[in-house]
Amino acid sequence: MPDNYSFGIEPVSCHAFNKDRTQVALSLNDSEVQIHKFAAGKWALTDTLAEHGQRVTGIDWAPNSNRIVTCGADRNAYVWTKQSDNKWKPTLVVLRINRAATSVRWSPQENKFAVSSGARMIAICYFEQENDWWISKQIKKPIRSTVTCLDWHPNNVLLACGSTDFKARVYSAYIKDVEEKPSATSWGSKMPFGNLMAEFSSGGGWVHSISFSANGERLAWVGHDSSVCVVDAANGQQLTTVKTDVLPFMSITWVTDNSLVAAGFDCCPMLYTYSSGNINFVSKLDDTAKQQVAGKVSAMARFKAMDSRAATDDSASETSLGTVHQNTITQLSIHSGTKSKCTKFATSGVDGQLVVWDVKSLESAFAGLRIA
Amino acid sequence: MSKNVSSDRFRKVDVDEYDENKFVDEEEGGENQQGPDEGEVDSLIRQGNVMGALQAVLKNPPMNTKNQALKDRAEGLVLKVLSSFKSGDIEKAVQSLDKNGVDLLMKYIYKGFEQPTENSSAVLLQWHEKALSAGGVGSIVRVLTARKTV
Repeated sequence: MPDNYSFGIEPVSCHAFNKDRTQVALSLNDSEVQIHKFAAGKWALTDTLAEHGQRVTGIDWAPNSNRIVTCGADRNAYVWTKQSDNKWKPTLVVLRINRAATSVRWSPQENKFAVSSGARMIAICYFEQENDWWISKQIKKPIRSTVTCLDWHPNNVLLACGSTDFKARVYSAYIKDVEEKPSATSWGSKMPFGNLMAEFSSGGGWVHSISFSANGERLAWVGHDSSVCVVDAANGQQLTTVKTDVLPFMSITWVTDNSLVAAGFDCCPMLYTYSSGNINFVSKLDDTAKQQVAGKVSAMARFKAMDSRAATDDSASETSLGTVHQNTITQLSIHSGTKSKCTKFATSGVDGQLVVWDVKSLESAFAGLRIA
Repeated sequence: MSKNVSSDRFRKVDVDEYDENKFVDEEEGGENQQGPDEGEVDSLIRQGNVMGALQAVLKNPPMNTKNQALKDRAEGLVLKVLSSFKSGDIEKAVQSLDKNGVDLLMKYIYKGFEQPTENSSAVLLQWHEKALSAGGVGSIVRVLTARKTV
C-alpha cells in the first residue's frame, strides 16, 4: 500500500522535497509555503514562508545548496536561504513578467533557475555576485501562449518547455557568466542563449508536463488531448505519439531509461514504456479498487443500504473513488532514486494528499510487473 | 436621455481582433479537401455493403476547410451511413476501425448531436455507446480539445 499523507481539504498546488526527503515544502492553494518535517510516520509543520502576495504556483528545492525557489501568481519569484537561526530568508527576484508565473525549476547544478509564465516567456535567473542580486534573462521567441511546464536537461544548459500553444520546445538557456560553453548534444551543437533547438507539436491539447530522460536523450510530455508524446533525439528526433483512452494526464516523469509514469485526471498513476519508437501502456499502478471489491457485504446489510440510502452497489464505491487519490493528481516527483532508477515516487493532488509510491511493492502487488 | 457622442459604431468593434498577441492557429492547407465521396458512399449503401460505406465515408474528413457547406454535407452523409446499419452490426463495424477512425467517428457523432433531426439522436446514441467502449473517454476528450473539427 502506498504511504498516504493528508494535508487537509485544500488542494496541494505544488510540492518539493529536500535532499534527504525528511522535509517537504508545499503550498495548499494559497500564498504561503509550508515546510513540514517528517517524524514518527507523520509530517509536522515547522515553518511557514509567507511572502507571496498571491497563490504560489511553483516550488523547487535545490538538493545540494539547500535553497528553495518559489514562484507565484503575483508575478514574483523568491529564493529562500536557511539562516543560522534556522529561519528561511527570502530574496526577491525581479522577473520582469507582466503575467503570473506558472512553474519554477532549479537547474541541475543549481546555479540558475527557470520560471515559466503566462507572459508568453521563460525567465532564466542567475545570481550576479558583484551586485548581489538575481538577474533574469528572458526567452520569448517564438512562444505564442502561456508556458505551463519546464524541465532541465542534465547538461545544465538545455531547457524543455511545454505551452498552451500546443507545442513542446527545447531551448538553450546558456548563461556565459555562470558556466562554460556546453559541448554538442543530440539536440544540436550551437547553443546561444534563447536559441530554439527543437519544436514539436503535441497534437491538440495544452502541454501539461514535460520531462527529459535521465541522460537527456529523450523527451516526454503529456497533452490535454489525452496524449503522451516521446521524442528520441538519439534517433533523429523521432516523434512518437500515443492517444490514450483515459482522461488527460497532468504530470509525467521518467522512472527508468525506458519507463514513464504519468498521472492526471484519472487520479491514478499509470506506467508506460518506450522502446524503439513505440509507447506502450503497461498498467495502472493503483490497485485500491481490486482490494475494495474483495470485501463481502451481507444480504441484510445490502437491503438495509438499498432501503435507507438507495445504494445499489458496494457502499464504499458510492462515495469514494477506487484509487488512493480522491481527486486529480497534479504533480509527480521522484522521491527516491533518480530518473534513471527510481525506487519511490510521490504524487500530490487536488484532494490535498501527498502519496509516496514504492516501486518494489508495486512490482510485487501487480503480478508480473517489472518497472525497468 | 441625450447621447453625448454622435456615433456609437465603435461599440461594435471586435477589439480582440486587433490584439497583436492574439493566438492564431496555424493554417494547414485545406483547400483541396473534398470530404467523403458522395457517389461512392451512396452506391455502397445501395449495394447493402454498409461496412464498406462506413470505411468510405470516414475518408477525407473536411477538417481543415472553412467551407461550412462542405462540412454539413459530410455530416449528412455520415448520418446516412450510420442510420443504415442494423443495431446488431454496429459493434462489429466499430471494431473494424483503427484508433484514428474511432476518434473521427466520435467527432462526427458529436457533430450530429449538435443538430438533432427526427431519429438521429437515437441512432447516434447507439453508435456513441459502441465507440466509447472502443475509444474510451480519451476519444471524447479529443473531440472537445480538437482545434480543427469536422
